[in-house]
Amino acid sequence: MMAKLMTAALLVTASAPALAAPADPLHSPMWEHHAARLFGKDAVVFDQRVAVRIPEIAENQRIFPVTVDARALPHVRRIVLFADLNPIPVAVDYAPTGAEPFLATRIKLDQRTPVRAAVQTEDGTWHVGGSWIDAAGGGCSAPPVSRVKGDWADHLGEVRAGQWPEKAGETRLRMTFRHPMDTGLVENIPAYNIERLTLRDDSGRSLGEMQIFGSVAEDPAFTLVVKATGAISFEARDTAGLRFPGKVGA
Amino acid sequence: MKLQRRALLLAGLLAPAAAIAEQFAGKYNPLAEQVADGLWMVRGADEAIGFANGGAIANSAIIATDAGAVLFDPGVSREHGRALGALAQKLTGKAVGRVYISHLHPDHAMGAAAFDPAIVHALPATRADLERDGEGFSDAMYRLLADWMKGTAVVLPQGDVTEGQAEFGGRQFRLMALKGHSGGDLALLDEATGTLLAGDLVFHDRAPSTPHASLPDWRASLDRLAAMPHKLLVPGHGPLDRDGSAIAQTRDWLGWVEQTLHDAVAHGLDMSEAGELPIPPRFSTLKAARYELQRSVSHFYPRLEAELLPKL
Ligand SMILES: [Zn+2]
Repeated sequence: MMAKLMTAALLVTASAPALAAPADPLHSPMWEHHAARLFGKDAVVFDQRVAVRIPEIAENQRIFPVTVDARALPHVRRIVLFADLNPIPVAVDYAPTGAEPFLATRIKLDQRTPVRAAVQTEDGTWHVGGSWIDAAGGGCSAPPVSRVKGDWADHLGEVRAGQWPEKAGETRLRMTFRHPMDTGLVENIPAYNIERLTLRDDSGRSLGEMQIFGSVAEDPAFTLVVKATGAISFEARDTAGLRFPGKVGA
Repeated sequence: MKLQRRALLLAGLLAPAAAIAEQFAGKYNPLAEQVADGLWMVRGADEAIGFANGGAIANSAIIATDAGAVLFDPGVSREHGRALGALAQKLTGKAVGRVYISHLHPDHAMGAAAFDPAIVHALPATRADLERDGEGFSDAMYRLLADWMKGTAVVLPQGDVTEGQAEFGGRQFRLMALKGHSGGDLALLDEATGTLLAGDLVFHDRAPSTPHASLPDWRASLDRLAAMPHKLLVPGHGPLDRDGSAIAQTRDWLGWVEQTLHDAVAHGLDMSEAGELPIPPRFSTLKAARYELQRSVSHFYPRLEAELLPKL
């Protein structure tokens, strides 16, 4: 299935159907393809209120930090983080049901690509922000550390987390999970990744749900801001059905 | 991810380096400044490695001896090494007879491709580092620098350097086997002139880079360099240090980065936020400060999180 996704992503379609999506200020060769697939017939605008904060350079293409902050937008329903030219373009699809439209994580980069967030508001409109990153890497960057090191299974699912007060009634959560996040694009290693993260307050109310894809970096880390205080529990689940639960502020 | 090769296919259509390469006419023109009797410093650009500078960002030094010129750090590529060799010949009247590589990083090491491996000397730790990382660096440099790298293969130094006294062509050197910027950092004191070639253990008015850094080791090495009497210091990057301030400046930056990133993790910042933290005014003379801070975030953050975030 990943192979199909990849093939589709590589075929820059000259015959893409006419779109409602506006012309891409980043002039990405993949914009129309992704816009059609992600947004369908929904309205799309490029919007500075969607802040996608990334470093000047991709020092480590396997752990590239991205922060999406759409707190300037009202009534956010969904945040999709994607890199146009990645073989697995979408990294995260987040519904911040009881959370601020804020998300920080790390993704893998395959090459020079736009990194974007598409943020859907209640009226159905997608607000898009982002910029290019050159993934050629810094001069002193080390070659990829591979999972060949072989100790990943010993630490699988190790969960770390912390919480900090954000503004009144809100909590900043940081969570890390030890997980190989195999993309399925490496020979002889099938896709194996964390695919879902859910957050709940002490009463069991959902604070957010996230779909997670193989382009999120190994040992994934997430920073979120939930509209709740006190005990907050979360649970990640991987494609093998393993569950990695945690609780902070208990 | 084994994406590199496929990426290269697409990159042919998209990467700016490939487009520039079509009319490639780049030529290295290293310039030497005599800083002491029979000793020249060749300044690198105080920038990140990039196509525009051909990767010529590290400082090198040339020392005249009876047995040929000594070249300390041969540059980033074969052509760069050749240009430095030609410069040494012009300055000293003799061909390069000895090359020292201070440490594994490509801006310092890969120009060894211009020389007979038998005359290339380095610490055993540096050879081991190059055995491990050389090919990876080579890939990265070809991607970044394209035609500037032509003909550049990884050369493993054949000469082992050890701590202590060394003589070459009648000139006395004190060699120091250090580490901390990388797994093996060679420093060389030219005894006749009191000039200390510090490699990347010392940066001067250019922010230090930390991809293979061990900060406790680096600090211990700075202590040893500071304790070694010298008149002049040639840093790995940045201008000549005449007043002994560069060692302290390097130590100050490393301490600030370490404390700042520790606090950032402790206060719940993510990596992008940490990379955007304000840089104190006392570092305003350091070139590439924001760039190196963001690189250091990438180098240190995951480890700090594993240390500071509570395990559930
Ligand atoms: Zn270095």
